[in-house]
Amino acid sequence: MKEAKVIEMDEVAIRFSGDSGDGMQLTGTLFSDASALLGNDISTFPDYPAEIRAPQGTVGGVSGFQVQFGQKEVNTPGDYAHVLVAMNPAAVKANAKFMKPGGTIIYDKDAFNEKNFRKANFTTDDPFTELNLIDYVKIGVPITELTQESLKDLGLDNKSILRSKNMFALGLVCWMFNRPLDYIEEFITSKFSSKPTVVQANMRVLHAGYNYGMNLQHMTPRYMINPAPIEPGLYRNINGNQATAWGLLAASEKSGRPLFIGSYPITPATEILQTLAERKDLGVKSFQAEDEIAGITTALGASFAGHLAVTSTSGPGFALKSEAIGLGVMAELPLVVVNVQRGGPSTGLPTKTEQSDLLQALYGRNGESPVAVIAASTPSDCFWYAFTAARIAMERMVPVVLLTDGFLGNGSEPWKIPSMADLPDIHPRIAKNPGNYKPYERDGNTLSRSWAFPGSEGFAHRIGGLEKNITGNVSHDPDNHQKNCEIREAKVQRIVDMIPDLDVYGDPEGDVLLVGWGGTFGHMISTVRELRRKGKNVSLAHFNYIKPLPANTGEVFRRFKKILVCEINLGQFVAYLRDKLPGFTYYQYNKVKGLPFTVQELEDAVTKLLEA
Amino acid sequence: MNEFNYTVKDFKSENEVRWCPGCGDYAIMNAIQRVMAEMGIAHKDFAVISGIGCSSRFPYYMSTYGFHTIHGRATAVASGVRCANPDLNVWVITGDGDSMAIGGNHFIHLVRRNINLNVIIFNNKIYGLTKGQYSPTTEKGFKSKTSPFGTIEEPFNPGQLVIGAGGTFFARSIDGNIKLSQEVFGEAALHEGTSIVEVLQNCMIYNHGVHDLITDPAYRAERQLMLKQGEPMRFGEDNRKGIVLEKGKLKVVTVGENGITPEDILVHDATDPDPSIHLALIRMHLPEFPVALGVIRKVAAPTYDREMKEQILRIQENRKIKNMDDLLRSGNTWEVKDNGFSNGREK
Repeated sequence: MKEAKVIEMDEVAIRFSGDSGDGMQLTGTLFSDASALLGNDISTFPDYPAEIRAPQGTVGGVSGFQVQFGQKEVNTPGDYAHVLVAMNPAAVKANAKFMKPGGTIIYDKDAFNEKNFRKANFTTDDPFTELNLIDYVKIGVPITELTQESLKDLGLDNKSILRSKNMFALGLVCWMFNRPLDYIEEFITSKFSSKPTVVQANMRVLHAGYNYGMNLQHMTPRYMINPAPIEPGLYRNINGNQATAWGLLAASEKSGRPLFIGSYPITPATEILQTLAERKDLGVKSFQAEDEIAGITTALGASFAGHLAVTSTSGPGFALKSEAIGLGVMAELPLVVVNVQRGGPSTGLPTKTEQSDLLQALYGRNGESPVAVIAASTPSDCFWYAFTAARIAMERMVPVVLLTDGFLGNGSEPWKIPSMADLPDIHPRIAKNPGNYKPYERDGNTLSRSWAFPGSEGFAHRIGGLEKNITGNVSHDPDNHQKNCEIREAKVQRIVDMIPDLDVYGDPEGDVLLVGWGGTFGHMISTVRELRRKGKNVSLAHFNYIKPLPANTGEVFRRFKKILVCEINLGQFVAYLRDKLPGFTYYQYNKVKGLPFTVQELEDAVTKLLEA
Repeated sequence: MNEFNYTVKDFKSENEVRWCPGCGDYAIMNAIQRVMAEMGIAHKDFAVISGIGCSSRFPYYMSTYGFHTIHGRATAVASGVRCANPDLNVWVITGDGDSMAIGGNHFIHLVRRNINLNVIIFNNKIYGLTKGQYSPTTEKGFKSKTSPFGTIEEPFNPGQLVIGAGGTFFARSIDGNIKLSQEVFGEAALHEGTSIVEVLQNCMIYNHGVHDLITDPAYRAERQLMLKQGEPMRFGEDNRKGIVLEKGKLKVVTVGENGITPEDILVHDATDPDPSIHLALIRMHLPEFPVALGVIRKVAAPTYDREMKEQILRIQENRKIKNMDDLLRSGNTWEVKDNGFSNGREK
């Protein structure tokens, strides 16, 4: 038998794809976790349809999961996959465009039949030629047949047998990439502990897949990806939504204010509510409201009563919360509103990522209604920015909008677990002197009022959505209104003293400054690294703090010949920058396809600008 | 009297009350303040939450904690207040527009959850603050600024929504009857769960006399049925009339006529979990029936806020995760040893 060819690589991207019911998300997650445990750096990107189970075998029903893992720092799930695992012809059709030229396609030979070709709207019996995938390595494996064969004596019905197909693919890919199976075995054993037959079936098929790779080495190359040079410490995998939920929990513990979340399920933000609902052990009060408006208004009620109050949503839900955010602005109550952005407008692309709610967050309310707006930039730093959003809200008595997106929310990466002792303290502005409490008396520096809760002796007061004076009483005085509008804006601007200066990755001056914000960080930094490796004089300024902007923003911009603002929208941040920091020429690169950037397209955009 | 010795004055704020002269809201506020003074609850533990509308200015006229929120959402805001702190006695002041139209969804879900709040609906069957448009409780055919030729929609009866949503407490009063209001507000405040009180309230400016048929002193006895727990449903001059149940329906009878004896008259049981008779009482209207007043339904059921608290305590006892450090280190983690690299991640 020939020895398998072993190829050493810096990083590899694999895309698992099949029907929504084929278990591709689980397969991808298990493979990613096993890779992270091995010491690789990873970045993942689930790409699934909005329909829970679209018609089987159709392109619309294809669910994908891409993971990139490497022996160096990995910031993105990879523009294009080196390896595609396709459980049916539709999966090839849906994903061919996400493949690296010349990549490897592992497919279930048994599913490549007349019936499935038609379902996927192929006109011939040769999907690979039809899609012009001539130069690709295509490895057909009889996954269905071998799965059935290995389970024939277990007495399972055919449906249950077919449900294990994904384990065959997983086993095979684990062999190809030299991943031990122990982590996956442990997972299967504990996940199905009450169903020994299911454990047995999954284990058998997993090993069948692994052994198939080993026995037929001549067919498949084997890849070697060494552990990445990552900082020593205790790690876990975390996705953006879980990190957001945990960041809020951390802020609750640090501030001593119990956590209340009022939310309504919405893709792709639901997991935040779910994660917090699970944390009754940490005292979380989770309230699944009757609608988005009740989500935020119950939260405002809890805030009035002294809780760290949170509502989580996505674009359409955020729109419904607008009026209540305004009440938070007027009442000057701490509140964190998390918007896990998705493709819009209207229902848009619920399962796809976008950055198109920025202007809604900044301006989408009646009246002069300033809130702080911050954005997370990687799945794991959602923890830090959620924590910070809560800290700003409680120390400055203001609603804070935290923008993440579907890419961050669902994407995961290894995360060095912080210690609570290392996080900064949070000092909520709780009123201290009973007897003469004036709800709108302000701190001279921060302009924030203090927070007093029903149930505390000596602080009874009234607040509300009407314009008011220092005592909380209604005031229709014209001068008072102007003064208060200005104060509310100034209060948000003064948060600048809580936020760090804008960092520049690369040289502090040069030809082109790439500017990004939020969830595009991974692609932006990879682009800058790649261009700098090629000798280009390019740097990156990536924003997490949008309102207010970091104090040194103008200084940073001044040192570059050209500024290129890249966003997953038609130019919202760049419009804001043009307004706040006029006097610079801003070039822009925009994409709104419901997809993250690719490093390649960003590189091309910068190169074009450099040559212009 | 109780340990606090409060008087009504202790619950009034320094703000000038700005409802129109003669508005029914004055009397309702007076009754609520009297109830608060007598409940034996510390002043600091009262919170009054309102939405938008004439009635919703209420919190500004109280000396308690108060939050004047946005249109229709008072019930939701108050739900958050009570869940955050179940030791508070939380009142929601709302109107027929605020609670039945824009806030209809929150209203039914509040009732369904049975969160311990006291909701007072000021029902004047008109939009007063926007100057005279019909509301969801306005009678069909009513002419208003937005229905110049008469409305073509059926009104809501708030009590029917309460029963439909599985409510545990519903009472009805009249703005001018402070004694009755005080009585039902007191019961509402003590009820463990969502208490809905509909107060038939007169708007002097835009719907003056809307409830006159019911409230007219000359016909009060004939047109009002004062319900008392455990007592027969008698009304009319000398209490000669009464309500009986016949073939599953309510019927007005006269004691002493057609062989009707006092024993035939239906005895009011607000605590009956079966809501059928409560619903029938809520639906009674002139001219065939008197209008039912007082506590119509009051049944014991678990409250959301209490269960929320108890569930947390129960789970905290049994779970291993006691703080954030425990959580952060739970589940799948792995140790990366120092392998000579220390460049780390850039962020």
